[in-house]
Amino acid sequence: MSRLGTRGLVLNEKLLFELSDSGRKGYSLPASDVPPAQLDAELVRDTVEGFPELSEVDVVRHFTRLSTWNYGVDSGFYPLGSCTMKYNPKVNEVACRRPGMANLHPYTPDRLAQGALALMYELQEGLKEISGFPALTLQPAAGAHGELTGMLMVRAWHESRGGGRTRVLIPDTAHGTNPATAALCGFEVVPLASGPDGVLNVEDVRAKMDDSVAGLMVTNPNTLGLFESQIREICNVVHEKGGLVYCDGANLNALMGIARPGDLGMDVMHFNMHKTFSTPHGGGGPGAGAVGVCQALEPFLPAPLVVKTGDGFRLDHDRPQSIGRLRAFNGNFGVMVRAWAYLRSLGGEGLKRSSELAVLNANYIRARLEEVFHLPYKQRSLHEVVFSDKNLGGDCHTLDLAKRLIDYGYHPPTIYFPLVVHGAIMIEPTESESKQVIDEFCDAMLAIAKEAEENPELLHEAPRCTKIGRLDETRAARQPCLCWQA
Amino acid sequence: MEFPEELKYTAEHEWVLSEADIATVGISDFAQDALGDVVFVELPEVGTQVEAGKPFGVVESVKAVSDVYAPLSGEVVEVNAELPDAPEMVNTSPYEDAWMIKIRVSDQAELESLMDAAAYQEFCESEH
Amino acid sequence: MRYLPHTDDDIRQMLEAIGVSSVDELFSAIPADDRLQRPLDLPPALSEPDLLRELDRLAELNTSSARALSFLGGGAYNHFIPAAVDHLVSRSEFYTAYTPYQPEIGQGTLQAIFEYQTLICQLTGMDVANASMYDGASATAEAALMAVRATRRRKLLLSAGLHPEYRQTVASYCRYLGLELVEVTLAADGRTDADALAAVLDTTVAAVIVGYPNFYGVIEPLADLADKAHACGAMLVSATAEPVSLGLLKSPGEQGVDIAVGEGQSFGLPVAYGGPGVGFFAARKKAVRSMPGRLIGETLDKNGERGFVLTLATREQHIRREKATSNICSNQGLCALMVAIYLALLGKQGIRELAEQNLAKAEYAKRQIASLPGFLLPYQAPTFNEFVVATPRPAAELLRRLEADNILGGIDLARFDAADANRLLVCVTEQNSRDDIDRLVAALKGGAA
Repeated sequence: MSRLGTRGLVLNEKLLFELSDSGRKGYSLPASDVPPAQLDAELVRDTVEGFPELSEVDVVRHFTRLSTWNYGVDSGFYPLGSCTMKYNPKVNEVACRRPGMANLHPYTPDRLAQGALALMYELQEGLKEISGFPALTLQPAAGAHGELTGMLMVRAWHESRGGGRTRVLIPDTAHGTNPATAALCGFEVVPLASGPDGVLNVEDVRAKMDDSVAGLMVTNPNTLGLFESQIREICNVVHEKGGLVYCDGANLNALMGIARPGDLGMDVMHFNMHKTFSTPHGGGGPGAGAVGVCQALEPFLPAPLVVKTGDGFRLDHDRPQSIGRLRAFNGNFGVMVRAWAYLRSLGGEGLKRSSELAVLNANYIRARLEEVFHLPYKQRSLHEVVFSDKNLGGDCHTLDLAKRLIDYGYHPPTIYFPLVVHGAIMIEPTESESKQVIDEFCDAMLAIAKEAEENPELLHEAPRCTKIGRLDETRAARQPCLCWQA
Repeated sequence: MEFPEELKYTAEHEWVLSEADIATVGISDFAQDALGDVVFVELPEVGTQVEAGKPFGVVESVKAVSDVYAPLSGEVVEVNAELPDAPEMVNTSPYEDAWMIKIRVSDQAELESLMDAAAYQEFCESEH
Repeated sequence: MRYLPHTDDDIRQMLEAIGVSSVDELFSAIPADDRLQRPLDLPPALSEPDLLRELDRLAELNTSSARALSFLGGGAYNHFIPAAVDHLVSRSEFYTAYTPYQPEIGQGTLQAIFEYQTLICQLTGMDVANASMYDGASATAEAALMAVRATRRRKLLLSAGLHPEYRQTVASYCRYLGLELVEVTLAADGRTDADALAAVLDTTVAAVIVGYPNFYGVIEPLADLADKAHACGAMLVSATAEPVSLGLLKSPGEQGVDIAVGEGQSFGLPVAYGGPGVGFFAARKKAVRSMPGRLIGETLDKNGERGFVLTLATREQHIRREKATSNICSNQGLCALMVAIYLALLGKQGIRELAEQNLAKAEYAKRQIASLPGFLLPYQAPTFNEFVVATPRPAAELLRRLEADNILGGIDLARFDAADANRLLVCVTEQNSRDDIDRLVAALKGGAA
């Protein structure tokens, strides 16, 4: 039997507010060296009711204990499909904390921020080269924010040519952010079914593409881990009928140095720095979502843009056709520093090698598991592979398998997505994992499949090695408790 | 799974109890089973005009959300005020406690397009 | 490459198991014409020491508050960050985790963000707060859209005192949704003009959106604005770019605000050239189902133990798709954690003392600058830790001279409106000592001569 995750010492910990005791604080201010000042009493509150009172020791122990209840990439294998949980290099964390970067104010005059601007420019140029787009913004804060930026530009481009196109085609395999973004841009969503082979068919696109359609949003490789092999023709059809093609770049980790979305006819694409470019996911964020565009969309990019001048760099705010800004300041610069450090650490060759090994790892997992687990789409996988729970015995489902994997010491794959696969198990290993790690994971998957046949209770009752068991999500939603009450 | 004989059904899984010009509407046992534990129900206000085939409310489980469609056109004359506070009734008593709205039907002919219990049961089995 | 663990032998064995002869063959699904036929044209890979050398060369070109005396604010604030914040947030169980979709192995993040939500509720005086938005500006835009959903009205009134970049962000988000945005001017004292508001506020308005304090540091009379908005059935949204102020000022909640948003960067995050910060978003309980973003709720596990989960997810894009309350997915989770750590350290006393000290330092600076010949304070309404100074010569010129003394003296307001060429926005925090302020005052005096 493969190794099970073992249970170490897990300490209980109350909420901050339950630990609080009147009179403590964990912060020291220098004594004030100016006369005290007062505001009108009617402007001033009594106190921040409910705020905790804790010493520094209390706070440090509290959050240290909480951290031990989490599983991160540094804890072990994290094959969460579509999320590209690659290793987060430690030097990147050092880099973004350098005082000259971390303590630079966003309204520092450009001439005094040349280092930051140079770094942003280098990152921008690097991403343009990797994606094949001639222009790019670093402003968006995350992937979905990049989608919003991109689709607003699509809309602005159409409006500049008379408008009237109010619908967007979105395949059934798309991330939920795609339709949500389209709606935020005032578009109506037209669903597009992928073909039996898991990819889009050019004739289906042609049939739906008319002069009310602004364009197509497509993920390539798609969420089944398959390359959209007809993408060039699809782009041609969309273009011929006056539309634009948006590429969701969530899965760019399969393509670096291999193929460039800009070369394939895509018009606009967002990057996920927190996926492809190794910046940590942070338990939900922050990310950063650069957006690359074709020449026709360049005038609509958000302001400001980093531009090169004769003797340095500056932020160009004078962009009359711009869609405006999507957030304050210059973007998630701290995340950009990490992505820049990653780019400079790997170079072109290292990036290509990363994509190759990510694809190798996914295909190896597929080869090791496809005899036991049902594989609904047989085309060659790229960076991820999607199985279903069809062959799982003992009335066990994807959720049970996922929870049992936790007992074996793994983070589960993405489950129940994409929606086109019933009971989907979406595995994305990334390039960071060795054959040894992957073999152990595959052994665990196979052992669990066997357990499902022989002793399904092990799956139904999983996880058993965690601090807490399965949680009652129905209770959480029926009587929402979103804020601690005394 | 229950399919009461006295009710009519839609392809969107609503049931209708027709009594004179008033129709009581809810979602079927099959629908609640597919949704899982219902955590939230949103209903229209009394006086709202509903149109056959158009959504009038929403039911949500933890991980799914579904519009509820009006089987018949007319005016909402009563809503089940207890249901939003006890959405679990959709799971425990879909045909009785969890009725959703009563409609004063404007066109009785629309009733004819609904399925009877046998047809609906067959429909559910084919969908499954 | 130091991040790639594969040996040549591993690769050979893996290819064999897959049944292909080369790595290249794995990409056979990509038509040959679609493949890039040349190496990427990027600078060569750097070793770790060389990378840091190159980074430090660039950092050296930046004039940060590590090197100069800074009075820059305007939505990004220089506050002291206790060592424990960075130390704790560097626990990699926190920063290398994804969104806690598997709650049994994400309780650390889940409980911490539940605590963050609670702290934001306490600070803003609201009932519910979400797990974070991208920043203060995008949170303001999301609040505007939520008000449109909740009221089913299509007009938004934006105070001219709302941060200009927040206003621009709201405009971008609303660009193609058929909404009408109307700007409400400021009165001579720096607060939103009551008469101008009365002229445009009617029963077609979804929300009135004001800064609190506003972009010019001025404390807006929220209770009065809330009464006016509510009388027309509109919502009042307050956007707080400097949340330290809430340690002292009446909370938005106790003044009748419907949605309180803002930027949390002041609470333990470096200014970082503008990001990452963290947008906070708080509202009334009855509106929870139209809120954007993730929410974490308390529940029990199968053994009756308390635990936390992502909840009310049917509002979100991954379930409701085009009908979702927002398209947001990734948020600023780690930054929200930093806010929670910072506020836990400060606690009830610390936040008050910090806010009082910011006010006192700014009041001292205000008086000193106002006493200089030719310098005026155009706005007379109370301010928190920043204020506008009317300068005797263009602010840009003055700032250039101050740079020679290694002082970043404030924000030239011509950056946002060319008519404000003789206006400077000065921010003073607990990081500026009396000597620092005296240096600024002396330099302004010298610069103006």
